Amino acid sequence: MANYKMQMLVCGGTGCKSAEADGIVTNLEKAIVANNISDEVQVLTTGCFGFCEKGPVVKILPDNTFYVQVVPEDAEELVAEHCVKGRKVERLLYVNPDTKEIISDSKDMDFYKKQMRIALRNCGLIDPDVIDDYIARDGYQAIGRALTEMTPEDVIDVIKDSGLRGRGGGGFPTGLKWQFAAGYDADQKYVICNADEGDPGAFMDRSILEGDPHSVIEAMAICGYAIGASQGRVYIRAEYPLAIKRLEKAISDARDYGLLGQDIMGTGFEFDIELTYGAGAFVCGEETALIHSMEGERGEPTTKPPFPAESGYWGKPTNVNNVETFANVPAILLKGADWYSRIGTERSTGTKVFALAGKINNVGLIEVPMGTTLREVIYDIGGGIKDGKKFKAVQTGGPSGGCLTEKDLDTPIDFDNLIAAGSMMGSGGMIVMDEDDCMPAIAKFYLEFTVEESCGKCTPCRVGTKRLHELLEVIVDGKGEMKHIDELKRLSRTIKSASLCGLGQTAPNPILSTLDAFYDEYLAHINDKKCPAGQCTSLLSYYILEDKCIGCTACARVCPVNCISGEVKKLHVIDQETCIKCGACYDTCKFAAIEKR
Amino acid sequence: MSDIRIVIDGKEVFVPKGSTILDGAKKLGITIPTLCHLDLHDTKMVNQTASCRVCVVEVEGRGNLAPSCATPALDGMVVRTNTMRVLETRKTVTELILSDHPKDCLTCSQSGECELQDLAEMIGIRDINITGNEMSTYKKDYSTSIIRDMDKCIMCRRCETMCNNVQEVGALSGINRGFNAVVSPAFELPLTETVCTHCGQCVAVCPVGALSENDHTWKVVEALANPEKTVIVQVAPAVRVALGEEFGHAPGTIITGKMVTALKQIGFDQVFDTDFAADLTIMEEGTELLGRLGRFLAGEKDVPLPILTSCCPAWVNFVESQFPDLIDIPSSAKSPQQMFGAVAKSYYADILKIDRKDLVVVSVMPCLAKKYEADRVEFSVDGNPDVDLVISTRELAHLIEQVNIDIDELEDSEFDKPLGVSTGAGVIFGSTGGVIEAALRTAYEVHVKKPLPKIDFEQLRGFEGVRAAEVDFDGLKLNIGIAHGLGNAKALLTEIRNGNPRNFHAIEVMACPGGCIGGGGQPYHHGDSSIIKKRMDAIYQIDQDMPIRKSHENEAVMELYDKYLGEPMSHKAHDLLHTHYSQKDKA
Repeated sequence: MANYKMQMLVCGGTGCKSAEADGIVTNLEKAIVANNISDEVQVLTTGCFGFCEKGPVVKILPDNTFYVQVVPEDAEELVAEHCVKGRKVERLLYVNPDTKEIISDSKDMDFYKKQMRIALRNCGLIDPDVIDDYIARDGYQAIGRALTEMTPEDVIDVIKDSGLRGRGGGGFPTGLKWQFAAGYDADQKYVICNADEGDPGAFMDRSILEGDPHSVIEAMAICGYAIGASQGRVYIRAEYPLAIKRLEKAISDARDYGLLGQDIMGTGFEFDIELTYGAGAFVCGEETALIHSMEGERGEPTTKPPFPAESGYWGKPTNVNNVETFANVPAILLKGADWYSRIGTERSTGTKVFALAGKINNVGLIEVPMGTTLREVIYDIGGGIKDGKKFKAVQTGGPSGGCLTEKDLDTPIDFDNLIAAGSMMGSGGMIVMDEDDCMPAIAKFYLEFTVEESCGKCTPCRVGTKRLHELLEVIVDGKGEMKHIDELKRLSRTIKSASLCGLGQTAPNPILSTLDAFYDEYLAHINDKKCPAGQCTSLLSYYILEDKCIGCTACARVCPVNCISGEVKKLHVIDQETCIKCGACYDTCKFAAIEKR
Repeated sequence: MSDIRIVIDGKEVFVPKGSTILDGAKKLGITIPTLCHLDLHDTKMVNQTASCRVCVVEVEGRGNLAPSCATPALDGMVVRTNTMRVLETRKTVTELILSDHPKDCLTCSQSGECELQDLAEMIGIRDINITGNEMSTYKKDYSTSIIRDMDKCIMCRRCETMCNNVQEVGALSGINRGFNAVVSPAFELPLTETVCTHCGQCVAVCPVGALSENDHTWKVVEALANPEKTVIVQVAPAVRVALGEEFGHAPGTIITGKMVTALKQIGFDQVFDTDFAADLTIMEEGTELLGRLGRFLAGEKDVPLPILTSCCPAWVNFVESQFPDLIDIPSSAKSPQQMFGAVAKSYYADILKIDRKDLVVVSVMPCLAKKYEADRVEFSVDGNPDVDLVISTRELAHLIEQVNIDIDELEDSEFDKPLGVSTGAGVIFGSTGGVIEAALRTAYEVHVKKPLPKIDFEQLRGFEGVRAAEVDFDGLKLNIGIAHGLGNAKALLTEIRNGNPRNFHAIEVMACPGGCIGGGGQPYHHGDSSIIKKRMDAIYQIDQDMPIRKSHENEAVMELYDKYLGEPMSHKAHDLLHTHYSQKDKA
């Protein structure tokens, strides 16, 4: 990389960008000019580093110093101290919350120690807008090797042997999928990259496209070579403007370098890529719905077979893979199927990227070998539960997944184990919940999402999920009866069995897994009319404690419905009839005199 | 034999490649209930959305249940249609549909014909054990022909498949998402503001009461009950071969005579025949064809050819909105319904010596677009329509039931004179190919001035969607095209737009599959397209049995020309019997 003595890598992922990363870059550049070191120090905007909790992140090479929570005003000091005087700015370094030890190199941080980056190998290391950066990190070598040293069958064999499985959620063996598409003769075939990342809170694919777009482009071309396709399409949601911008630049640069288009690398192989924008419908992640949407039809799934491998985009053989799946491909081709298959577990090889979110200390994007346990992810990498609260559950697989609990914490994460535990891998969303979360309410939240995102085509999903949601509403409102539990189960059975696509087939998972692990909470709502987590407003009341209230009147003043009465310096009382349970008094009281029960 | 072997409920069956599990089960006589599925083989319509999930079955080695209507039979497949899991799912799915369906069966237009009602009855649902009471609700959409009550829509998508894939009109598609998903015109516009042709084929395939005709039965009763009005009725040819189905007769049963008696018993002052007006149409349209041909053969340029038939209002609407550039080539002749109305309210009103406003003309049509046609402003004089009320074959059957008539016990009667006199040429208007055949019977004899050697033009008949035939007019070769179903018509019209490479001189189009016999107002065929073919056979049978089979030999029509109109295409004929078309810009 260039001839600079020092590089300052500023995270340009969407999260850090919205926390003024652009301002940091501008100010760093100004400071570098002011200090007259423009020839020695370069500022680069990279893709996501993953440690979003501590963003914006600035990493300095070659000494690997990792500055966290930087603001634009810090730029001057960073340049003056670190670059000019060679002194680290301690106040911006990461502090281990347990040992209080200051850690300057990211590889020594617990967040990164257990990670292994294959799909994210270049994210945070290269400037995604510079094709030479990618090439410098072995980019486009894999396609070169495929085109010059391997037959399409060889390529498929390597992918098959690697054990790579679809990272979009289904976990179908990628090599086999390629083989099916290769097996059909047609005048035109298509490679589609599914970048319609729709799980709430998930940003794996976006980060890869923003941080390393060329890896996806290269992989799509390799796939094109393997299945005999000359056309590629990326179906990307229009809400990802940065990913779109970077992808467009990358495609154009690849064309300029002769890495896309006709006669790639002089081998006669032709492949090009176009972008198609999705409007952000969750169901369009399902491949037949995605294809219909690309064709300008209503985005709804159709029955398989025929599979896209036989009749997909415009009725032609089509291979659809997810962004993360593709991002693994060049690395597998370069390092070999053996290398890849030794990572992970026997039936789930390689690594998986997860978006860690919820009540966890280190929110961010991580990549770990398959087989890592949930405990390692949540406690070692994630730094445990926020505010020292108690872990309650983790939802994997997004809205289609299930809640896993304490008993599952030591289960090695892979496709099959998660399904056996009643959840699924999904595309890699991981939302952590603590003791304050009410599980029936969480299930209701997820159903709200599926009701909203159902395309409405098949009965079980269109009407069934709506009815499930209504049942959950009845329960969290304290109007539930025991028969509603049976009804939830019966409806869930039908919706799982009879829905047309994966959206409906998995929609009841949040209910079934919480019914399984948190049955007591459902019973408490139904029989005792209580919400143990104190979340369901219909089931709780606020009371003022006689021995703690000093009559300061603060609560009465914030109450929006004027339902608190009492004279100054005398005990106040809440009129339960009028109270709307907004909690304003509870938050305002400085004397812990208000109790929720 | 490349047949595929599958086992269903322990029974082995062989089916051709491309068959579904449902096909195999049918072959074995195993009933799998279905709802959204509809297979009209002959019109190439298959609704295979697999959206209702009523027909799910267990397939060995597959985790979830498979929709039998859309799952291809694969060699060695082992299927169970009768497990407790299948039964529970089937019932729950049906309950789910019912939980979002109005429970107004007592007042629903489809009651008794409703496939959802049948399904609920078959499964034996006595109570809907599903908590949750939100119903999806939509604004009702009334047009003169079709009523859309989408609260009742079950998202089977049959109407959409029919409108887009068979008719290629494209007025309907799925909109909204999830629980609010429904089939609708774009932007939820009323049908009248869209490219909808009112053909009514969506109504013909709707399994529930979401799509129905705008029922005018009670308006007819009102007119009949009004002593100040003279009420006459005309009956379209396709009605007489289908009405019997509503009373349990086999498809294709001809009940013309009993139908006329029933109409008289109901109280119509005169019972006339649209076939009379069909013969009149032939006189005008045939003359127009020969006129255009003569000019063309004389070397005149820019003669609008091929001439297109204009009897079908849905077809006329289709041309006006989708092929406005070809608007000058359809015949300017009004449809038989409107010719009848125009003649009834002038010539016949004169005979009766009554004001046209005191004469009520009722039509019984196999068609819903005829309601729309009668409502077009150009077919009225000072706000008084030529045809006042249009009821469909189905509505007539209901009216007959209302009056407590046992149709089987009736004697036959003849249509009244003069507007009930007709020929075999008039009756074949009811079938695809019939209008052009009737026109050729007359045009031949007028042009060649010799009797036809053979009256039947068999080369024009059949059920193929697009047909072409050459007809020899004593040395003059005419190329005739025929299409039924608007999708087929679109293909043929696109060919004309692109230069008429097959040099068609005349083209007949009927909007509905099979022609008027398959119209949107006919008794429901519930997916059995052989019913339409049987009606077609009956139409040609009536023609065969008629003493006179050429329109220009219809004495009553000749008398009308002699006494009133002069000759075909005369000034007066033009005023009464011809119309004009205009471009329609619709969404």
